[in-house]
Amino acid sequence: MMEARKYVWEGAIPLQIHLHESEVTTLPPPLPALILAPRIGYLPLLVPHIKPHFSSTLPPGIDTVWFDYKGLPLKWYIPTGILFDLLCAEPERPWNLTVHFRGYPGNILIPCEGEDSVKWSFINSLKEAAYIINGNCKSVMNMSQPDQVELWRSVINAGNLEAYIRVSSKLKLGTVGDEYAADLYSSSLNSRQSIGDTDSTGQVKTGRVPIRLYVWSVNEDFDDLEDAPQIDSWDKISYINRPVEIHGEEGKCFTLLDAVKSLLPEYFPYKSLNNEESSREEDKDEEKVPSENLSEHVESCYSSDDAEVKLVRIQGIEPKLEIPFSWVVNNLVNPEHFLHLCVCLKLPQVKIPSDT
Amino acid sequence: MCKMQESASTMVEGYLSLENIILRSIEEEHDELSCPQKEETSCSEKEELIDIATLVQSNCSKVPYYDLHIIYSASYRVPVLFFRAYYGDGEPLGFNEIEKDLPAHSAKALLDSKWMFITQEEHPYLNRPWFKLHPCGTSEWMKLLFHVDVSVAKNGVTVELYLLSWLSVVGQVVGLRIPLEMLNQQ
Repeated sequence: MMEARKYVWEGAIPLQIHLHESEVTTLPPPLPALILAPRIGYLPLLVPHIKPHFSSTLPPGIDTVWFDYKGLPLKWYIPTGILFDLLCAEPERPWNLTVHFRGYPGNILIPCEGEDSVKWSFINSLKEAAYIINGNCKSVMNMSQPDQVELWRSVINAGNLEAYIRVSSKLKLGTVGDEYAADLYSSSLNSRQSIGDTDSTGQVKTGRVPIRLYVWSVNEDFDDLEDAPQIDSWDKISYINRPVEIHGEEGKCFTLLDAVKSLLPEYFPYKSLNNEESSREEDKDEEKVPSENLSEHVESCYSSDDAEVKLVRIQGIEPKLEIPFSWVVNNLVNPEHFLHLCVCLKLPQVKIPSDT
Repeated sequence: MCKMQESASTMVEGYLSLENIILRSIEEEHDELSCPQKEETSCSEKEELIDIATLVQSNCSKVPYYDLHIIYSASYRVPVLFFRAYYGDGEPLGFNEIEKDLPAHSAKALLDSKWMFITQEEHPYLNRPWFKLHPCGTSEWMKLLFHVDVSVAKNGVTVELYLLSWLSVVGQVVGLRIPLEMLNQQ
């Protein structure tokens, strides 16, 4: 079980980093820098490794470092792995990025002052996750200074999962337990812990899971990821920072697809827990459709042209959507305890019914 | 002069916005803002999208305009104030300039109390850097605010009243003052 978390922790993306041509002052221009970037890490943390490669060619001035992919300025507080999963529909290896040391786009990106900014952002997210899971930020606020240092170091070095677990387990951000998650981390709990139970420390869990959802929508089907439209603006991505509440239904597994749908109620308004045609019809009965004609009409509108979740990518993998959500949370979560989901959504095609 | 537009209430998440307003007069006196009388009815759990456009004439080019957005945080389950400021020519104010522009007494007191923090963060919907004012323990002090009200204990509190009360505290940092008439109407 530890294996899954270890794989995630050690995941990395090969980057090929080019200096922006406007900042090349020497001939011949410098070769791109090649670097292996931890998935759970952040781009600004790579700068100390990249800068020496380019420093001799940079124009004079103060460094304000930022990265872009095909012209899109990259949000530095999003972990590298998520940027890659989101912006490269078809994974590019190595991933070609451009680095800038001047001309920070302050109207688009929030300022970044190197490692301190990244650390602040990380701790803030950790506090938010603690609030979501425990109803308060106490465990994070009360962290000792040495613990804080060790936690942060284990993240930026990304090699030391044991150190991270040692410190982070004190935060009591626990794991989700239901009978579908093989749960090795929760200590003296029953094999079936329901939402709202107190854990061994007496803290009441809220049953909410911290999630960051990044949704890009397409209008048409595509068979090949290479044909997927390029994301050239952040406005094409819907960012949803909202916790998921796991609805336990007797005997039914709350799946990854259920979780994603619960975060997109405007596309998936039905309360049913599975994606079957039969359960949709069940709900229609409950909606009190007045006449039989109308219900037929309704049925023809809700055909297979509903919105469709085409792709869910987490830590670079695309799990089957029926996978138990609790397993996903326990194993694919990032160090700040957020689960980041990259979702490709095919939008509903609006059909004009022919019988109106 | 206050012009108000109401848009239809939707079930999609949105935010409350108040844009292009001047919060301080040229003489640095208190500037009372005439707010719309009544907000959209039937507020649901999610925020509605209401555009309140206010046009204020000004002879001084260096008076900052503010955009204020109230956004609901699903994580903390409280409202949060996002704001930005710019001059008449569109030039944005940086953090230091905004700090100087904030009303001295109330803003300083609240920020020094460590109850409120201003940080520069990305607007959740607009993909641009804005300033965020986030008070610690919002739910706690909101409970305190309502604690003394007997009718609240009986009937609970509407979203409108909650937001007005919340804004009456939080708005002090940027110098937004809620006319008493608005609070008395409820």
